[in-house]
Amino acid sequence: MTKEERLKKRHRSEKRFRFYGLASILVALLFVVILVQNIFSKGSSAFKKTVITTEIFFDQDLLEIQNGASQEEIMEADFYDVMIENLIKAYPAKDRAEEDELLKLFSGDAEIEIKKAFLKDNDLLGKTITLDLTASDDIDQLHKGNYPRDLPEERRRISDFQLVIYDYFVENKKISKNFNNYFFNNGDSRDPELAGIGGALVGSFYSILICLLLAFPVAVLASIYLEEFAPKNKITDFIEININNLAAVPSIVYGLLALQILLATIQLPRSTPLVAGITLALMTLPRIIIPCRASLKAVPPSIREGALAVGASKFQSVFHHVVPLALPGTLSGTIIGLAQALGETAPLILIGMVAFVVDIPSSPVDPSSSLPVQVYLWSESAERGFVEKTSATIMMLLSFLIVMNFIAVYLRQKFEKRWN
Amino acid sequence: MNFVLLFLITIFSLSLFFYGRSKTKSISIEKNIRLNALPKFYGYYLVLWCSIPALVFLLVWSLFEPVIIKSIIIETAANQGAIFNDKNEANLIYEKIKAIHLGTYFGDIDSILKESALAYAKFINIFTNSKVVLIFGIIIASVIYSLKKIKNNNKARDDVEVILKGLLFVSSLIAILTTLGIIFSLLFESIKFFSVINIFDYLFGTNWSPQRAFVRDASSITVAELEELKDAFGFIPLIAGTSFIAFIAMLVAVPIGLFSGIYMAEYASIKVRRISKPIIEILAGIPTVVYGFFAALTVGPFFRQVGENFGLTVSSESALAAGLIMGIMIIPYVSSLSDDVINSVPQSLRDGSYAVGATKSETIKQVVIPAALPGIIGSVLLAVSRAIGETMIVVMAAGLAANLTINPLESTTTITTQIVMILVGDQEFDSPKTQSAFALGLTLFIATLILNYIAQRAVKKYREKYD
Repeated sequence: MTKEERLKKRHRSEKRFRFYGLASILVALLFVVILVQNIFSKGSSAFKKTVITTEIFFDQDLLEIQNGASQEEIMEADFYDVMIENLIKAYPAKDRAEEDELLKLFSGDAEIEIKKAFLKDNDLLGKTITLDLTASDDIDQLHKGNYPRDLPEERRRISDFQLVIYDYFVENKKISKNFNNYFFNNGDSRDPELAGIGGALVGSFYSILICLLLAFPVAVLASIYLEEFAPKNKITDFIEININNLAAVPSIVYGLLALQILLATIQLPRSTPLVAGITLALMTLPRIIIPCRASLKAVPPSIREGALAVGASKFQSVFHHVVPLALPGTLSGTIIGLAQALGETAPLILIGMVAFVVDIPSSPVDPSSSLPVQVYLWSESAERGFVEKTSATIMMLLSFLIVMNFIAVYLRQKFEKRWN
Repeated sequence: MNFVLLFLITIFSLSLFFYGRSKTKSISIEKNIRLNALPKFYGYYLVLWCSIPALVFLLVWSLFEPVIIKSIIIETAANQGAIFNDKNEANLIYEKIKAIHLGTYFGDIDSILKESALAYAKFINIFTNSKVVLIFGIIIASVIYSLKKIKNNNKARDDVEVILKGLLFVSSLIAILTTLGIIFSLLFESIKFFSVINIFDYLFGTNWSPQRAFVRDASSITVAELEELKDAFGFIPLIAGTSFIAFIAMLVAVPIGLFSGIYMAEYASIKVRRISKPIIEILAGIPTVVYGFFAALTVGPFFRQVGENFGLTVSSESALAAGLIMGIMIIPYVSSLSDDVINSVPQSLRDGSYAVGATKSETIKQVVIPAALPGIIGSVLLAVSRAIGETMIVVMAAGLAANLTINPLESTTTITTQIVMILVGDQEFDSPKTQSAFALGLTLFIATLILNYIAQRAVKKYREKYD
């Protein structure tokens, strides 16, 4: 091999090496794109729901209430017969079996929707209105194109007759897509078309609020102590080792801790945002302390010395001068820690947040779910409708995380002083 | 009640603050003396004395009150003639008594329950009253003490600072308390577990089937049952499955992470670096449940489809899918850390290598990486510890049954999956099955602790070398 050939070979290997590096960055970026694309393509349809436009006639004989009935009387009135009578008119069905199949195209909440329309306008007795009723999950998925029509009938959840009705609806423009208010307002449900993340949103909000209230002050105080006041001795070293180790302990271990101490020993109520918040606070604490200390450390000693030189005490120099300067970094570290806590699932599963909760929690001691746990719960469900709901929940979760991270970056870039 | 007390404590503290401040102000004007501290520090001093003892007392009381009341009530119920065989039945009766007291119980109420509920109401009353009395006593005592001290005290600021410094120290102790809490809660249940199951049967057993464990108090298990349980808690399949999935994850994460770290540190322009680094770090910020969903619903079925096309049977919960997705999650941990580590290799080493005619890649391979090796190994170890502690991906995408296999297309289970599976749903405390989850947690905790310790030592030592 001549000198030139050797050089060429070395340059080739140089190029190859460079290519490997670039390729692996591109592969990593590709994964981000695939993941986001996959979630968005599955989830974006969940923000709309399929509705069937139906004419409803409020028959006084069936309702058994008088004109000008009070709210309570209407609430107690039975709208079931009105619902049945009106819904079976949506399509000319021949017999009882066909009527049953027709009724299955509507959601389980059709009666409540009719009642709500009636409550809104008391003057409807004996009149006919057109109402957009939520369609059942199967029709919803069919209309969104997520359900294969060409399967043989016995492998479909929708019968041939229901397909005929569906086509009839489409032809007469009786079926359309509306904004899915249920997805944001409702709690969990066994029916995908009625299930929503309202409960999970509130649960997550309470958990993160409690986590913030507990973790932020303690983390700031602890990092001020360690950075500004702690003497260099064994206790301080031990605290530092502990914090570093705790930051790397798997999150599920915090779940076991919460199970044993918070639930079994102190007997706090299970499945509640209160317990979730405390657990997440313990977990987030070391993860906030580390960036807090870094931002305190970044404040140059001249600031402290300047304050001390004009007669401030150590405390005044720290709290009047160092801490305000370190605050942007501290806040952004806290927000990033909270963002991690918001996406945390495993410890919440162990403290019982996987319970099926329909009601939206009204306080932090009510049983509730949280966004990531809702994702886990729904992803275990067999119904096709839950796939898009799960993806949409992930979209909500990711958008919260993106907003939080942007705030953190903004705080740091806008308010943090560069010292050199 | 607690909210009322908190509110009252706040009101007292605030009024004491204004009282202390104005009092010292007027004294200093009246007697025309110059105080060492600003008047507001006298206010702070009173506030701290008024609130801290009362708050600490309230916290400790609230922690212990339910536990003490429970044991008293269960004892009273037993004295009344209630029969319960184990802790669970006792808990059930206690819950019933509580529900009767709150008026939310709709079952049959017999005389025992009724008497106990009355006793419960009585004790709650006694406890609440004594709590209020004691808290007011504490507030009055500490306020009198602090008012007395403040009279002939000229250094309120120093005193306030000493107290605050104590507060800072206590906050930093929470880290130690958390560690202790983890260790005790894991050890406590694990010791109970190992008193039933021999630790060697656990560590070296090759069969994991906790569902065979009888859901009942550990102390009432007979010898014959124990013999049968002996090989139900073998740890080997779990550690094998965990390491196997972590190994697949590292096969993905180490090459991709390391090469992107090298590229970003050595080749990339500032602009490319500024864009690509945060995007790769997005991978670390995505919640793991999202990866789990992606692995279970997209990647797993996709692999099975591909396998079918090649005539292979691929489990839809294959170790390969879980490992691959976990590897993607870990890429940023490897790439960021190795990027940092490579950046801190001194430029002089590179310059020396260039000076003798080496190309850039030769310099990287033969000079930079060997110099950065301890740091790189540290970052890989941190990534391994992250992989074995990862829960949601494996819970959703890996299997539930423990089978000892090295075929990546089959399903296998992990330590974290088993912890979740055992503890989800109804758990019976004191059954070996539940306790085994804590033994697994302890094992996991120790394993990650060792890995982290070695990794942090390696990174630290490496840093010191070039600082």
